[in-house]
Amino acid sequence: MTKQAAGAGKSKGRIDRLITLSFAKSVEISFKSLQVRFFRSMITVSSLVLAVSFLAFVLVNLDVAGGLLVHGGRDAATALSAAGYDVDLADGAVSMSAKERWIVILSLLVCTVGIVNAQLMSVTERFSEIGVMKCLGALDSMILRLFLLEAAMQGLLGASIGAVLGGLISLLTGAVRFGLAAWADLPWAGMLGSVGMATLAGCLLSLLGVLYPALVAARMEPINAIRAEH
Amino acid sequence: MNEERRTIVRVVGVTKSFTMGKVEVMALKGVDLEIFEGEYISIMGPSGSGKSTLFNMIGGLDKPTEGKVFIDEVDISQLDAYELAWLRNRKIGYIFQTFNLIPVMSALENVTLPMTFAGMNADDAQDKGIELLKLVGLGERFQHKPLELSGGQQQRVAVARSLANDPAIILADEPTGNLDLSTGEEIIELMQMLSEERGVTIISATHDYKMLNVSDRVIWVRDGVVDRVERREELDISVGGIGEKLTGTKRNGSPEPTGERG
Repeated sequence: MTKQAAGAGKSKGRIDRLITLSFAKSVEISFKSLQVRFFRSMITVSSLVLAVSFLAFVLVNLDVAGGLLVHGGRDAATALSAAGYDVDLADGAVSMSAKERWIVILSLLVCTVGIVNAQLMSVTERFSEIGVMKCLGALDSMILRLFLLEAAMQGLLGASIGAVLGGLISLLTGAVRFGLAAWADLPWAGMLGSVGMATLAGCLLSLLGVLYPALVAARMEPINAIRAEH
Repeated sequence: MNEERRTIVRVVGVTKSFTMGKVEVMALKGVDLEIFEGEYISIMGPSGSGKSTLFNMIGGLDKPTEGKVFIDEVDISQLDAYELAWLRNRKIGYIFQTFNLIPVMSALENVTLPMTFAGMNADDAQDKGIELLKLVGLGERFQHKPLELSGGQQQRVAVARSLANDPAIILADEPTGNLDLSTGEEIIELMQMLSEERGVTIISATHDYKMLNVSDRVIWVRDGVVDRVERREELDISVGGIGEKLTGTKRNGSPEPTGERG
């Protein structure tokens, strides 16, 4: 039956460790995957847009109020208090009320859960595709990278649209409530910082949301992944 | 045919058990096999015979409970994830029943993907991909997406993809299972051509009796063991017996259409 190691001399003990996928190619593949599932991706993106715009709205509101307080003094403080802000005149600062803080946290949480859900679905749908990639020699890390890249692109798009949108809405409502002084007194650097922070938070949420589904996908045995479709 | 040939796949005492709920099921009950370089092997057997399990073991897609599988004298259970990926990338080409092309990529991109993994530069991969697609008769359709191709054409792309890194072994899991009679025949002819002209070892799990005519050896699997191994010459003699085997298969409840039921 078995001739024990007749060809042991020819044994391929040393195997070249050379499986690669360039970063540019990864980006290309992820981008195409998003394009093909445009509608689904947009739903994920829109949930990010909503959550991040709310965050940006709240943050920029604080900037507007802070600006008013610095320039308007006591009059502004009473106006702001009347409008529902927590004003600390001694520090010259306006802070989020506890209720507001909770709503922001909740909205971000809901958004993350939504993203996990959407990404799990998108991963499940592609089990066989992932299995094939692994049969062709893809490493776990490559699959992980593809999904993270997709999430990063979605995150960047959704979060930046959301942050800009939220910021604009906040500026408009500020102008309506407090007059044009709201714009004149605005600390622009602070506002840009807030918008940037909201964008960053959105990107992080998107990555956080995809981490678990992507890990599941990357760790699948190729045979199970392919069988899942049948 | 009997001169010394290099063994490319060696299966030694392989068993595989699955736990389904609380019941332990032995899918393979001890299989020994030796497959030589350049052979065209068909693994035949009814559904549930352990045929697919054996096939997956050979392809390094599944690990045996006991026993060993050697590919090119390397015990694949000893390989780490990186080496296993290398094996799948360079040594083995896979063809599936359901084609399993990546839908977001064009035919050419599907074929060049394994080359990309292997670190080939984009231009070379492109040239080789077009050459391979020409070989399978799809020279002018390389820009099409899988969904714009017919089943037979998709399977041709899959054949081209399996050849991407000049593998020593091509594993075909029911390659004609989702194709009609004549398209299936074309794919079989294509695989036969590859085995003859390129010296690729082809191992195919199948229900399709059209495969018998082109196989060098047929491995019949039944109830988790190798029932018998027949060479082509023996098959020709026992052609009258094929019908009997067919009904034997049927009795065990094979749901797959064989295409030659008449």
